[in-house]
Amino acid sequence: MFDLYGRGWQMLEGGLVTVQLCLTVLPFMILFGLLGASAKLSRYKALRIIGESYTVLIRGIPELLVILLIYFGGTIAVQKIAELIGGEEVRVDIPAFWSGVAALALVQGAFASEVFRAAMQAIPIGQIEAATACGMTPPQIFIRIKLPQLWRFALPGLNNLFQVLIKDTALISVVGVEEILRKAAVGAGTEKAPFTFYLVAMLMFLAFTTVSLFVFNRLEKRASRGIARA
Amino acid sequence: MFEDLIYVLTKYDSWLWQGFLLTIQLLAVSVVFGSILAIPLAIARVSKLVWVQAVPFAFIYVFRGTPLIAQLFMMYYGCGQLISNIDGIQDHWTWTYLRDPYWYCLLTFVLNTAAYMAEIMRGGIQNVPNGEIEAARACGMTPFTTYRRIIFPRMWQIIWPAYTNDVIFTLKATSLASTVTMMELTGAARKIVARTALPYEAFISAGVIYLIIVYFLTFGFKGIEKYLRRNERREGQKSGPAKAGGTV
Repeated sequence: MFDLYGRGWQMLEGGLVTVQLCLTVLPFMILFGLLGASAKLSRYKALRIIGESYTVLIRGIPELLVILLIYFGGTIAVQKIAELIGGEEVRVDIPAFWSGVAALALVQGAFASEVFRAAMQAIPIGQIEAATACGMTPPQIFIRIKLPQLWRFALPGLNNLFQVLIKDTALISVVGVEEILRKAAVGAGTEKAPFTFYLVAMLMFLAFTTVSLFVFNRLEKRASRGIARA
Repeated sequence: MFEDLIYVLTKYDSWLWQGFLLTIQLLAVSVVFGSILAIPLAIARVSKLVWVQAVPFAFIYVFRGTPLIAQLFMMYYGCGQLISNIDGIQDHWTWTYLRDPYWYCLLTFVLNTAAYMAEIMRGGIQNVPNGEIEAARACGMTPFTTYRRIIFPRMWQIIWPAYTNDVIFTLKATSLASTVTMMELTGAARKIVARTALPYEAFISAGVIYLIIVYFLTFGFKGIEKYLRRNERREGQKSGPAKAGGTV
């Protein structure tokens, strides 16, 4: 690989951080998505309102604003809470990485909840009635009946969301996380070669989204292997 | 807590208002010019000729596969530097425009929006029922007339919900202009935070303004959807219960 003014390794390290970000956000995104979807489909009106307003709020507010709010606001909130508990003034810093993860999980979770809601509604009601008739408890029904099928119905939506997630990690560079775009910006500034560095950054992102698309397509084929024949 | 909010809203209201105007401006230009650019891209994309398809495919693939913020930096810092390296450009009258981040933002947003919308339009064009296109051809319409009278009106009907979504995404995308020193809504909020160290008040105020814009956009686009689907509504009324009572 050509050495990019001796910064090729730096860019690869940035790529590693981007991958770390994506993989750290993913489980939280799925968790928030499942919680949000369950709230939207809940029997209780209060929970439904919370679930719906979560999506409406996040859908209308730019991701960048959420990231900035959590990065700047989160530090103050944690500091206040620490002062309440400890009773004295303390200095707390939330690492930019984790505030970024929190912001992206919150944002992507809202979109994931829509995906999971649709997937849950796609499960035939007869199967759930049959499971109830067999004497399964609701948690058992969720694990044995809903979850394995949820996977298949939700995969196309998750494919899309993961693409968006990869691209959204670039926004965290704004609060100083050393991922691809941040490394590129530093390189562009010190070597006075912005075109080269941003071109490399874009190619790296393009490679990531292409790989993600490929992997998800394979997973989709695999998840519907019992169905495709029918 | 509320004193701080009122303080931010009264002392910095002009910043937020200017930011709001700039956000709306960026949004309107991106959506209008993005849509205009998307139409030929979408038509080329559904072409049967592979090499005609390849150009919009590559364009859409690159713009949808990379982060908008990277495209913006590429355009503003990368291309901006290439331009500033041209001999004597800094004395040329165009230099005032060529160093202004505004034009780089607009260009990036227009291209990005065009890529997303072209993909939506491609789906819309391909979903126009084949029979209607065949009927148009049987009536002797030229390809141009077919597009104008049959395919486009149908396409807009089909894509409108997705198109609305995309406009809202473009609105959110305009917040990235703040990363290249533009003072739109997010930029104004960031400046207020830098001045007052009140992140909640400033960012939440900006967030609420975004939500209000989204509310009005959704509302307005729903109205246009009704207009686009006016043919269906008329059919519905004919068979509807209100009319049935009247004709008997």
